[in-house]
Amino acid sequence: MAIERNVNDPERWVSAIFGAALTAYGLKRRSIGGLILGAIGGTLLWRGATGNCPIYSGLGVSTATDDAVRNVSVPYGRGVRVEKAVTVNTSAEQVYRFWRDFSNLPRFMHNLEAVEVHDDKRSRWVAKGPAGKDVAWEAEIINEIPNELIGWRSINGSEVDNAGSVHFKQVPGGRGTEVKVVLRYDPPAGRFGATVSKLLGEDPALNVQEDLRRLKMLLETGEIATTEGQSSGRK
Amino acid sequence: MKAVCWWGKGEVRVVDVPDPKIINPHDAIVRVTLTAICGSDLHLYDGYVPTMMRGDILGHEFMGEVVETGAAVKNLKVGDRVVVPFPISCGRCWFCQNHQWSLCDNTNPNAWMNEALNGFATAGIYGYSHMYGGYAGGQAQYVRVPFADVNPFKVPNGIPDEKVLFLTDIFPTGYQAAEQCGIQPGDTVAVWGCGPVGLFAIRSAWMLGAERVIAIDRFRERLDLAAGDGRTETLDYSDEDTFDELKDLTGGRGPDRCIDAVGMEAHGTFADAMLDRVKQAMKLQFDRAHVLRQAIHSCRKGGTVSIPGVYAGFIDKVPMGMAFAKGLTMRMGQTHVHNYQRPLFERIERGDIDPSFIITHRVTLDDAPEMYQTFRDKQDDCVKVVMRPS
Repeated sequence: MAIERNVNDPERWVSAIFGAALTAYGLKRRSIGGLILGAIGGTLLWRGATGNCPIYSGLGVSTATDDAVRNVSVPYGRGVRVEKAVTVNTSAEQVYRFWRDFSNLPRFMHNLEAVEVHDDKRSRWVAKGPAGKDVAWEAEIINEIPNELIGWRSINGSEVDNAGSVHFKQVPGGRGTEVKVVLRYDPPAGRFGATVSKLLGEDPALNVQEDLRRLKMLLETGEIATTEGQSSGRK
Repeated sequence: MKAVCWWGKGEVRVVDVPDPKIINPHDAIVRVTLTAICGSDLHLYDGYVPTMMRGDILGHEFMGEVVETGAAVKNLKVGDRVVVPFPISCGRCWFCQNHQWSLCDNTNPNAWMNEALNGFATAGIYGYSHMYGGYAGGQAQYVRVPFADVNPFKVPNGIPDEKVLFLTDIFPTGYQAAEQCGIQPGDTVAVWGCGPVGLFAIRSAWMLGAERVIAIDRFRERLDLAAGDGRTETLDYSDEDTFDELKDLTGGRGPDRCIDAVGMEAHGTFADAMLDRVKQAMKLQFDRAHVLRQAIHSCRKGGTVSIPGVYAGFIDKVPMGMAFAKGLTMRMGQTHVHNYQRPLFERIERGDIDPSFIITHRVTLDDAPEMYQTFRDKQDDCVKVVMRPS
């Protein structure tokens, strides 16, 4: 397996130069303290040479932005990750088929206005944006196992970089199908940041959870429970 | 139309509101012919249930005539006479399919609120706070009934409203409480609270083969109603020490099955009841759990405590040690009304029971504000209020 690169180039140079100096200084002292400094220096030198920082890796962050990493919609360790699951009282095949037709998604995803399916892989997603302005992006399916998994991501250059996957797993004992959604999105600064915040609401996890609840209602009962439009003494 | 609306703690108003309309394909509109105030409505009236809003239409015990059906409702037609269960169930989720109708997954549009409080959300309930869905209730001239293909129970013409109205809630609730006891031959069943649910629990305990039934309350008229069947024994808790008295009455064994048909607004006359009141007033806890404590204390070793009385939120000083030491079984929860409507209707039809025996007040919707107060304060020997909408 290739060594993962998670340190950017300027940081690598600083790391390598400072590491080399520290190693030389530490070894010259010929003491326990010096040996420890030498070891730290050596680690920094290795970090500079390979571009891999084990601490960053442990923390799940990265400062690398070179092409190898920029090739995915939401780079490793960047952005926000949301994971939610719901159990639907039907077969995995039925949920998969419903979801695979992306034009169904706006029926239960609250902030999604429309999904226009271009072909088997590509689609155009339109969501409610800030100030009544719609935001749109192109998405492609990057991974798919019928009745089990659909993975998608926005295509490079989208206003809103995002990627997601949905997993379907039929559970034993007639308990239905577990539907697990993992979403990653990269909230950029400025206008796009505002767009994304609006898109996913103040609490993205709650939003995804409510979307999944509506999916369940729709698939199990054919309608979504509501009291909107009912009578009250408030008028 | 006219509707009874919650207007704040201790205040309900009769308000002119727009008529309900079909919103979802499985909806129906029912013209209400008879509705009732439930003891659990008093928890709303007294402000103990969070997420009520001024203007919410109250009422979860109602029956009437179908006047309109949604496109997906095939089993009902205009003119059908129906009794509507208080929990709204979808009939399709895992819980409904396993006959746990009040735990339905799909009928609460505000499920997230309920989840925030309870971890998981349960079925929507008519007129019972936004946390239970915020549905407009049936203390009105008309009501929207969601999932009308699953919920309403059709009753034939000819049997009076008063005999079948309580199939909506309190008769099944009393029955489920007794059924959950798992009554065995020779069992003594003690029932705390001789309000409507307690009275139906008493009658149901007899139906399910109890050897003795002991009714506990302090209101004379309620104890008299309980004893009205000629075989239920009564215990006035303001005169006796309930625990000692129950022990004496059962040869030192304790009642085999104990039913708390009171719930979170227990009166009590003892120190812990006073402490609970202070805490409740200071919002340190929602519930007063006096009856629950006494039921756990009094129940025989290995017995069952069944709780149809409503609890919400946290309660202090539940004697779990006693429950554990005695190996008690505890059963509780909202009623799965749908399971009981047909069998109990058949009992009514056969003449085994006439549920209208609990009705003390027959009024119109316009009297609701006064009746809530009368019922809450147990004035005028009030046990059960039914209201005609017109």
